Amino acid sequence: MNPADRGGATRAIPDARVAGLGRQRAGRTAWIQAVRRRHVVGWLFVLPALLFYAVFVLQPLALTIEYSFYRWDGVGPATWVGLTNYAAVLSEPKLVETLFNGFRLVIFFSLIPVGLGLVTASVIQRVARGRLGTLSRTVLFLPQVIPLVAAGIIWGRLLSLPGLVNQVLASVGLGDITRAWLGDFDTALPAVGIIGIWVLLGFCTVLLLTGMTKIDGALFESARLDGAGWWPEFRAITVPSLRNEVAVCLTVTIIAALAAFDIVYVSTGGGPGNATAVPGIQIYILAFLERQVGLASALAVVLVILVLLVILPLQRLSRGDA
Amino acid sequence: MRVGRGELIAGRTLLIALMAITILPFVSLLTTALHPSGSAPAGISWPADPQWGNFVEAFKVANMTTLLASSVWIVLAVVPISLLISTMAGFAIGLLRIPGARWLLLLFVFGLTLPFEGIITPLYFLARQIGILNTRLAIVLPLIGLFMPFAVFWMRAHFANLPGEITEAARVDGANTWDLFWRIHVPLARAPMASLGILMAIWAWNQFLLALVLVEDPTQRTMAGALGAFQGHYATDIPLLCAGTILILLPTLVVFVLFQRQVIAALLQGSVKG
Repeated sequence: MNPADRGGATRAIPDARVAGLGRQRAGRTAWIQAVRRRHVVGWLFVLPALLFYAVFVLQPLALTIEYSFYRWDGVGPATWVGLTNYAAVLSEPKLVETLFNGFRLVIFFSLIPVGLGLVTASVIQRVARGRLGTLSRTVLFLPQVIPLVAAGIIWGRLLSLPGLVNQVLASVGLGDITRAWLGDFDTALPAVGIIGIWVLLGFCTVLLLTGMTKIDGALFESARLDGAGWWPEFRAITVPSLRNEVAVCLTVTIIAALAAFDIVYVSTGGGPGNATAVPGIQIYILAFLERQVGLASALAVVLVILVLLVILPLQRLSRGDA
Repeated sequence: MRVGRGELIAGRTLLIALMAITILPFVSLLTTALHPSGSAPAGISWPADPQWGNFVEAFKVANMTTLLASSVWIVLAVVPISLLISTMAGFAIGLLRIPGARWLLLLFVFGLTLPFEGIITPLYFLARQIGILNTRLAIVLPLIGLFMPFAVFWMRAHFANLPGEITEAARVDGANTWDLFWRIHVPLARAPMASLGILMAIWAWNQFLLALVLVEDPTQRTMAGALGAFQGHYATDIPLLCAGTILILLPTLVVFVLFQRQVIAALLQGSVKG
């Protein structure tokens, strides 16, 4: 459109002022109103979900942050203490150890299941594409659907002094190392970790297996024509192609590790001593048994931040490389 | 594709070993549950005289009828409401693309990373304040809120991947948003809604932390919450505890075996999509 035309248009306005333009304008406002109404209706569709989320998740989250600046027993008046609770979380040996325990669980709940899951998925893909593969997928997934509390109870038995684990160890001549695995200061945390591996291996395997079906089959064909064995294929094709799925697996399992509660509560309750006290357990103990609501909340905020700090870079990585 | 004989044997051995390790705990649970009540059986051993009556006994002492009713009540309250409102939200965010849809999605996705422990303390005081502490509502209402991140995320992925023609055709026919949702998109979304519903039912059944903190009476709890209490009371009677554990996890196993495809698909796609 050139300036002359525009001039013409403006000049034409007085002539058309009565009917034409008015109708046009009304048409446009009606259209804008319709879109607006549609947007309002759209927001009404989101509203119930948003309301539940805001009232029962976001509001409590904000309250957790608020509580964390107070000393409060949950009943009497609360005293503003600034960052004292955070200082305690990051300096009191008992609480710092809690955070470390959370990260040690990551090895068992996340790194081992993902690593072992990669191996298992690639083995299924290479040697068990038929019924055995389907069966192992189903079986390995079973622990994922039962209540974690049940997993804790089952393994609490297995790892006890007269449990199956010690029975097997004794039968292969390792009777010397048998013990109450969950009651021993040195082995309690890894023992809890083993329960996590049992629960999460199937999830990782199946997720990675789904990712493998998307890899171009020609890649495997050519590798095998070249006589590549399992290990070169695993290293050169499988693992690099599954970067996205690995990131997802790590994300889900790391959250499961840092936020672990059910399994630990049922199998050890955080003991012996402080050996398996993870953040979730400590928050529960502080808030509901020791009535230190402020301190519990500060630990909760630190936990939320730690999860985000670990999870966010993972998302970048997977998206950037995909 | 050809794989060497040695590798074939090694690979299959590994798979069978992993399956055995996965199954053995269940077997041990069963054999322990069949020992005489009050005894302390060691490891795996088939009892000389299997006490199938332990299941009946556990059913009675755990007050299983009441527990089942309580859990079913919770599931039936949580799942339909969650399904409905998350489908509506997913529809608005993924298909209507209302202004602010991106931010809304981000807000919900943030909730995916949030540990329940991060909000459990205020939830307790909140429930006390509105007078629902120690009732099933104290589990139901927060659980609906806590399911929203995954549920909205999951339903949005479905709606965002639909071809636009369906919606346009309906709009041309003069359908308003409400009709569009109920007449066209809900029927089309039945598959993802079914998967999501099954998944949320299992999660509600298995929910422990909310039940532990917000409801003192085990008969008002979820199954997993009740199991926690049952463990406290019967820690000494191990066969009975194991029988009770089997009764409580059995429904989840049955649902999983029946709806395996949907459950696995929902769990996996939910974490990959988007």
